Amino acid sequence: MNINIVKNSFLKTLLYCILALQSAVIFFPLFLMTISSLKASREIFKNPFALPSAVNLKNYIKLFINQDYELYFLNSIVISLSAILMILVCTSLASYALGKYRFRGNKQIFFFFLIGLMIPIRLGTINIMQMFLKLNLFNNLLSLIIVYTAMGIPAGILIFTGFIREIPEELSDAARIDGYGETKIFLQVIVPLLSPAIVVVAVYNLMPIWNDFWFPLILINKESLMPIPLATARLFGKHETDYGLLFSILTAAALPPIVLFLTLSRYFIKGLTAGAIKG
Amino acid sequence: MILPIIQSMRFSFFTGTGIIPDQFVGFGNYKKLFTQFPFKERFFNVLKNNITFFILVMIFQNVYGFILAVLLTRKNVFGEKAFRTLFFVPTALSVIIVGFVFKLIFNPVWGVFDQVLRGIGLGNIIRPWLGDPAIALPILALVTAWHNIGIPVIFFTTGIDSIDKDIIDAGMIDGVGVLGEIRHLIIPILKPIIGIVTILTFVGNFSEFEIVYSMETAYGNPEYATDVFGSFFYRTAFGTVMNNVNDIGLGAALASIMFLIIFIGVVFFLRISRKEN
Repeated sequence: MNINIVKNSFLKTLLYCILALQSAVIFFPLFLMTISSLKASREIFKNPFALPSAVNLKNYIKLFINQDYELYFLNSIVISLSAILMILVCTSLASYALGKYRFRGNKQIFFFFLIGLMIPIRLGTINIMQMFLKLNLFNNLLSLIIVYTAMGIPAGILIFTGFIREIPEELSDAARIDGYGETKIFLQVIVPLLSPAIVVVAVYNLMPIWNDFWFPLILINKESLMPIPLATARLFGKHETDYGLLFSILTAAALPPIVLFLTLSRYFIKGLTAGAIKG
Repeated sequence: MILPIIQSMRFSFFTGTGIIPDQFVGFGNYKKLFTQFPFKERFFNVLKNNITFFILVMIFQNVYGFILAVLLTRKNVFGEKAFRTLFFVPTALSVIIVGFVFKLIFNPVWGVFDQVLRGIGLGNIIRPWLGDPAIALPILALVTAWHNIGIPVIFFTTGIDSIDKDIIDAGMIDGVGVLGEIRHLIIPILKPIIGIVTILTFVGNFSEFEIVYSMETAYGNPEYATDVFGSFFYRTAFGTVMNNVNDIGLGAALASIMFLIIFIGVVFFLRISRKEN
């Protein structure tokens, strides 16, 4: 009995040690990045692990005043919000059709979207680039918005169809008896019931769109149109020796997704697991 | 979405210097990749590196993530929810940012990683982490695992949470140890989820580009030791920088091969994880 208690408390201690160690491994690089962004370059090299001797916002002032950083931020917001809006409109409508109406090829279309979830869209980049060059949308934020909408559709359909299939048929039938048209049924009966799914789809798509580097790299080379990840790479290459500035660039880029994730983590994790585990 | 991929495949049978290759060469681009210097060397090097990278990430990220998930779901773990959220924080970041942060951390000029090693008495293993061809790829796999550890942790904890607690208690009474519980209970029930995590990792690794680009440039330094399909594809199709002339047809052939590898991998892991259930 005694041996068991000793053994158990030993195991519990070991468990907390591993979890604490992993937390430190995650936290430490982000901590170093943040404190370094508040130091002058000389201090970064002299005392890398120490807290800044005085809070020094010089790097951030350089970043926002000399480099127009807020412009990149704005680009990221415009791209993400537009793409998510398009995804929501397209996928909620398509899922309603797939989830509620029985027609030939229904299953096949659903399966087609599932494959889209697995195959990375970047394998089609060559054709996507040719297409946007032909449409004269190179160096145009619209090209990114279109690509990201296509990227978000499979997951959106998967999540929405799951929700829509659980809405009882009687609700739409009742509305039909009351003389509602199909459009009105969708907008006034179905959409309000879908609001939790809308949040999940939006949050699920936000991170990959906000964080994408590949498509801006291919489709944008005008500095004033760059979203944050591409701008980060551009600035990083340009100021390779100014460590203080480098860390402020990285911290400024890392902060929005971290804050966003911490506020929305519940929905985010739900979307991530709901989609994949059902599929 | 599938259309651009199929369209791209069509271009793999053409060659030309413009944006739209117009000279039909049949399987010429594929032949070039498999037999002609230096494409052949690059291709098989990339294949080897990508397989190594996938195996390393599977261990550093998914096996380790599985262990973390088992620990997190033990009875009465204090702060369990907070740990889960914390472990996911890096996953919310862009790969490119993660790559740059670690590029600075491993940089010998700043030397913080080396200072940490000296601090814990491991000063003798210090080397140019990102400049040593033997160690650079494992380092990139470690950074990738640091970045994506949240994914296996979330998937596996969710899976273990869904196991009926009575079954676990019954096992405890029968005197099955923790290892027995993992082998006979958790792994069989989690098999489909293990399959999904493996597929996500496989697809991600075989189209990975950003971590190599940010830490070792699009050339997969040092000496192509970290060159993978994604970076090779980027250089071939879009790399107009330096002395590289881009070759859309050859790039399309590479994309088609990547598609084939990913497709076969997905089907293979899907089959394994669905069998016996």
